Amino acid sequence: MKLLGKYVDKGMQGNVTLMPEESEDMWHAYNLIAEGDSVRSTTIRKVQNETATGSSTSNRVRTTLTIAVESIDFDTQACVLRLKGRNIEENQYVKMGAYHTLDLELNRKFELRKPEWDTIALERIEMACDPTQSADVAAVVMQEGLAHVCLITASMTLVRSKIEVSIPRKRKGSVQQHEKGLAKFYEQVMQSILRHVNFDVVKCVLIASPGFVRDQFYDYMFQQAVKMDYKLLLDNKSKFMLVHASSGFKHSLKEVLQDPAVLAKMSDTKAAGEVKALEQFYMMLQCEPAKAFYGKKHVLQAAESQAIETLLISDNLFRCQDVALRKEYVNLVESVRDAGGEVKIFSSMHISGEQLAQLTGIAALLRFPMPELEDSDDDDDEDGAAGGADSDSD
Amino acid sequence: MSRHRIVRTMDYNDEYDGYDDIYGHSVEDEHCISPTDAQQWLYDRARGQQSISAFISKNKDIQEEDADEEEDEDAAFEKARRDSESFQMPQLDEIEQAKLSSCVDEVRSVVGDAVSERRIVETSMKFDYDMQKILDEILNEETKKSAKPAVNRMKAPPAPVLPKTVSKTVATPPPKISLKEPRRGFEIPSPKVPSSPVVSGRNTPVDISGDDISRSSATLFKVSKEQAVRNARQLYEKERADQKSHIHMIVIGHVDAGKSTLMGHLLYDTGNVSQRVMHKHEQESKKLGKQSFMYAWVLDETGEERARGITMDVGQSRIETKTKIVTLLDAPGHKDFIPNMISGATQADVALLVVDATRGEFESGFELGGQTREHAILVRSLGVNQLGVVINKLDTVGWSQERFTEIVMKLKSFLKLAGFKDSDVSFTPCSGLTGENLTKKAQESALTSWYSGPHLLDVIENFKIPERAIDRPLRMSVSDIYKGTGSGFCISGRVETGVLCLNDKVLVGASREQAQVKSLTMNEFPQTCVFAGDQVSVTLPALDINNVTVGCIISDPQTPIPVTTRFQARIIVFNVKVPITMGFPVLLHHQSLIEPAVVCKLTASIHKSTGEVVKKKPRCLGNNSCALVELETSRPICIERYADFKELGRVMLRVAGVTIAAGMVTKIR
Repeated sequence: MKLLGKYVDKGMQGNVTLMPEESEDMWHAYNLIAEGDSVRSTTIRKVQNETATGSSTSNRVRTTLTIAVESIDFDTQACVLRLKGRNIEENQYVKMGAYHTLDLELNRKFELRKPEWDTIALERIEMACDPTQSADVAAVVMQEGLAHVCLITASMTLVRSKIEVSIPRKRKGSVQQHEKGLAKFYEQVMQSILRHVNFDVVKCVLIASPGFVRDQFYDYMFQQAVKMDYKLLLDNKSKFMLVHASSGFKHSLKEVLQDPAVLAKMSDTKAAGEVKALEQFYMMLQCEPAKAFYGKKHVLQAAESQAIETLLISDNLFRCQDVALRKEYVNLVESVRDAGGEVKIFSSMHISGEQLAQLTGIAALLRFPMPELEDSDDDDDEDGAAGGADSDSD
Repeated sequence: MSRHRIVRTMDYNDEYDGYDDIYGHSVEDEHCISPTDAQQWLYDRARGQQSISAFISKNKDIQEEDADEEEDEDAAFEKARRDSESFQMPQLDEIEQAKLSSCVDEVRSVVGDAVSERRIVETSMKFDYDMQKILDEILNEETKKSAKPAVNRMKAPPAPVLPKTVSKTVATPPPKISLKEPRRGFEIPSPKVPSSPVVSGRNTPVDISGDDISRSSATLFKVSKEQAVRNARQLYEKERADQKSHIHMIVIGHVDAGKSTLMGHLLYDTGNVSQRVMHKHEQESKKLGKQSFMYAWVLDETGEERARGITMDVGQSRIETKTKIVTLLDAPGHKDFIPNMISGATQADVALLVVDATRGEFESGFELGGQTREHAILVRSLGVNQLGVVINKLDTVGWSQERFTEIVMKLKSFLKLAGFKDSDVSFTPCSGLTGENLTKKAQESALTSWYSGPHLLDVIENFKIPERAIDRPLRMSVSDIYKGTGSGFCISGRVETGVLCLNDKVLVGASREQAQVKSLTMNEFPQTCVFAGDQVSVTLPALDINNVTVGCIISDPQTPIPVTTRFQARIIVFNVKVPITMGFPVLLHHQSLIEPAVVCKLTASIHKSTGEVVKKKPRCLGNNSCALVELETSRPICIERYADFKELGRVMLRVAGVTIAAGMVTKIR
């Protein structure tokens, strides 16, 4: 992302002009733009003209519109951001208050105006514009009959394709079916790598699996590459790396990112850092449960007594529509920073971020144990018990 | 009535273009012909055949005496069908046509498919499209027709349910008793029949809603009468009285403990592997410089397994002892292949734990991280009660009694903790490679000097056969899908409960697709009936292979298995590195199914022995705790409560290649 202009006044009001350069930037924009902001960008609109005689013609016009955002859609697979809202600046084609949906495009600048910029948003811009952050890694996690081809960027893990093939088991006297099925499966995975991995961008390709599947696949792939003359694979042979994983499911990516060999190669990417931070939290929960807490209530209490050393927070909490709620979280982050604590904002598109989001989205490691928090039993929602009672019917 | 039109994909708006302009609002306007209606009007080869074949298969075992009556009915049925298929609509102008078709639709909705097209059309025209009169006429006629068979049915005493195989021995029944299922075609107009899938050409049963449900019979899915009222126990006794009982035994243990070699040698000694094959293995393994693997190659058949010298997937084989037929399941010992071992263990009734007696080897397999421990705990939590421990490779320590007792003592205390009863565990010294104490009494003097117990085959012989839940509804778990010899594909798996017979209708997997059993084989031999505990291959034709996955459950249409994405389980947490919290991603193992799941709620932690709630909503679950948790899977799965079906109510939770918890399903939502 390129920052083309920034005008934020003392009241934290102002506008920022940005130009997204890669699909990852759309994700940043998605996190940046909230409902109620106004966005100005060039777009294509179908305009209908009516002549004096009553016949109408419609043509497409490229025009610049400013809309007040009412809803935001993000397509994770295609990395397209769609903003819907009312026009607030009339021009010759579009009336005031007319609805329009802006598709933010790569390499087209847009101007974002917010009624109030907070630190989280400003930080996000900084992060998005930092070129050193980008480190793309492709990973294939597989087991017999199941493979996920993923792309790991700085703030997103995208599953590009999932391959599921049922491979017949070995059975007495006929191992051919098993081997045939396996070959078919490997072929599919290889095709998927060829299709989805852009070797110009990707630093390395991790192949992770339990047992010997990765070795078998690696051998198969390069045998085929030689046979079929896949230049792309042969030229990038050095980029492939074999790692151990316990299964072919998506969340075993976590293990892959913790592998020391991978860490060395990927240096300090956000994905690996997040996995490590979450692991630390769990270790603390195991060893000293009074120093690790999760859930908004507990964490807020801990923040009050300035006990938080590391705050883990998922970025989906900042994307909420409720302004007051967002403010609350922003204040929490600021107060932790003021007290000298560290704040880690997890991307909810990463595996570890997904897990944190499930774990109420907020967790904290404390400087000193606060056993009193544990005792303050939360007896708020009883939805689970109520739901359990009526589910007995079937 | 062009039969070459593709009605399904037809754009009706296009077809009727200009139609509305002329007549403004026609009768048809709102609800133009629907694909299902269109199907009734059109001749469809596939459909026609299906209805015939369904008819034939249903009446396969009718006694000869019925033949003439049968033929009559046959002819009538055939005629009716031909009537509808080859019937040309009378030439009418368009308004008439519209009136007629709406009228026919109305009538159809009342009387169903039972009445031929021609009849309805003719009657409609006769009464000038007066619904009331048409219906009266048609219904009266139908009741008259069905009167005769109805009387027949009433006279017949409650038909005894006879298994197919014994029908020959039954004395010829009086001609009037009709054992066959009454044909639907002669029933009084039956809106309650939710268009039987066989007839409608659709495979997935539809959920009927509203007042249809109140009118329909208690079951949602139709099954043949025979299947509905079968007496499983009786059938079992008839079929299996003269056979040896089946038992499934899984062989477990640490990697390189010698499981495959032991089993291979056992198979060889019992004469299940020919001399020639063994010789081949010997030569080939010698070539690779791995002669000690010659017996293991009996079960490790894939090139990969042989090259690496380890078992990767469960190998299956059979031996017969004096009183039993034993299916051997040779599990892989390597840590990475535990998922395979679990899917094998879910099929097992008893287990054989092989430990390596070599100094250092036993210890490394038994210490933390070794598979001896994990396997033993796993099979116990999967419901295996009887365990035979084999102290293998005792020849490497000179058949030392000291070493034997040392290992026995260590294992005994551990197995007790794991939940095995002392009386159900036996210890046998032997050597898989030399074959000592395998099928014959020990010969080695160093061993006979202190050991006089049973040899391995005797130990297997002495396993008790567990009680099989034959009279429960059918549940079969799928462990493998492969191309069979004939048409279609085969599904192999274990029948957990109930009975499965040829031509039974079953529901497959979470999508509850209906299918009919076309062939049943057990160990390559065709069967007519299989029972709980059997390992079988089933051919289900007309089933989409993509709808069947390893781990799905085949169930009885009358009592289908619950399908859910969220359920509550009572779990016991093993030794874990990090505690379990909310949102913890795990791999759920259920039978052969492996599915990613999330621990979405910690309901309560429970006291291990008393079952009291210690704390509601704990923050996390640490080592060796016991708790009620809720699990959510991404895809719907078939699962049963432990209280209902023990076999299908057990789950395992694994993370990063380590089993973190075992549980029982307590609630399904």
